[in-house]
Amino acid sequence: MTRITQKQTMLTFWSLLLCLLVLQLHLPQAVGAGQWKDLTEDGLHDPDGPAISELQNPAEAMSEFPKDAVGNKVRWVNALREGYIEPRTNILPGTQIKVLDMDIIYERTGDQKYVLFPHRAHTEWLDCSNCHERIFKEKFRATPMTMMEILNGNYCGQCHGAVSFPLTECYRCHSVNPSTFKGKIGVQPTK
Amino acid sequence: MSNLQNNPNSTRSIIEGLQTNRSFGVLILSLLALLLVVPIGPAQGEYADVVLNEQAEKEGVRPVIYPHWFHRIRFRCKVCHSELGFEMRVGANKIDMAAITDGKFCGACHTGDVAWGLEFCDRCHSGLPGLKTGIKSGSKSGGPGFY
Repeated sequence: MTRITQKQTMLTFWSLLLCLLVLQLHLPQAVGAGQWKDLTEDGLHDPDGPAISELQNPAEAMSEFPKDAVGNKVRWVNALREGYIEPRTNILPGTQIKVLDMDIIYERTGDQKYVLFPHRAHTEWLDCSNCHERIFKEKFRATPMTMMEILNGNYCGQCHGAVSFPLTECYRCHSVNPSTFKGKIGVQPTK
Repeated sequence: MSNLQNNPNSTRSIIEGLQTNRSFGVLILSLLALLLVVPIGPAQGEYADVVLNEQAEKEGVRPVIYPHWFHRIRFRCKVCHSELGFEMRVGANKIDMAAITDGKFCGACHTGDVAWGLEFCDRCHSGLPGLKTGIKSGSKSGGPGFY
């Protein structure tokens, strides 16, 4: 017979209480203002560096930005569009700034939902030449790729998983339900 | 002791008791282990922080910590990765102080005009000694991030 004794009940009680206590200690760091470590404690900066106090801490800069659960904990696309940040588009006077508002729907995704690639979110930050023709050919489907290659740091994985939201966020890209999608595959009309 | 050995029933009940307690103990331990293993709170460094230490420590200065988050607030990706020609791969750019002083790479902005000048060595050369060149990433893929 496996009967729970009073001793075990007490043990469960205290263990759960301990778990709650540990969670309480961690929660303020997981959500809210304390989610970025100060530079002196981030494991990369030397706390004894002579100029450490002259550098901006992440929390000071990013606390008010639209929040994300992953990456830098910031929704950078929203931060830009909603005016939280106004990053310069160029430092050289002659640079042409192009933003393209055109979606691509890619259907060769196996069992996963189709991928919707928004040019706008990407060109608000990047220049066309950052991807074309260096990583992706401009022609639809001209660059075959697999998820394994992306996970290995190629194609989308050159940025996603390194500097932009990580590849664990499957459904931010795989966002179009094949069973309800009635439109055409590929280049969507420019808005 | 001799009493226990002589009585198979009481031996069995002790073993059963032990087994119950053991599985119970395992449950509690796994719960506690889960709390330790599941990452709650920030990891080390910030996502996309770059460490540059191919030459820094050899030359007697701290490794460089380049924070993407700090620069991204002020400049779009295209400024460095298109206008200034930074390759999007750690280690792919042959950055040294000679090139920077010559106005290339960081030296395009860090002139005291757009950003602080090159006399503030320690603001960039701010890393812990012994860090390896790389980018701090949140994903555990085989991609560019391997911290």
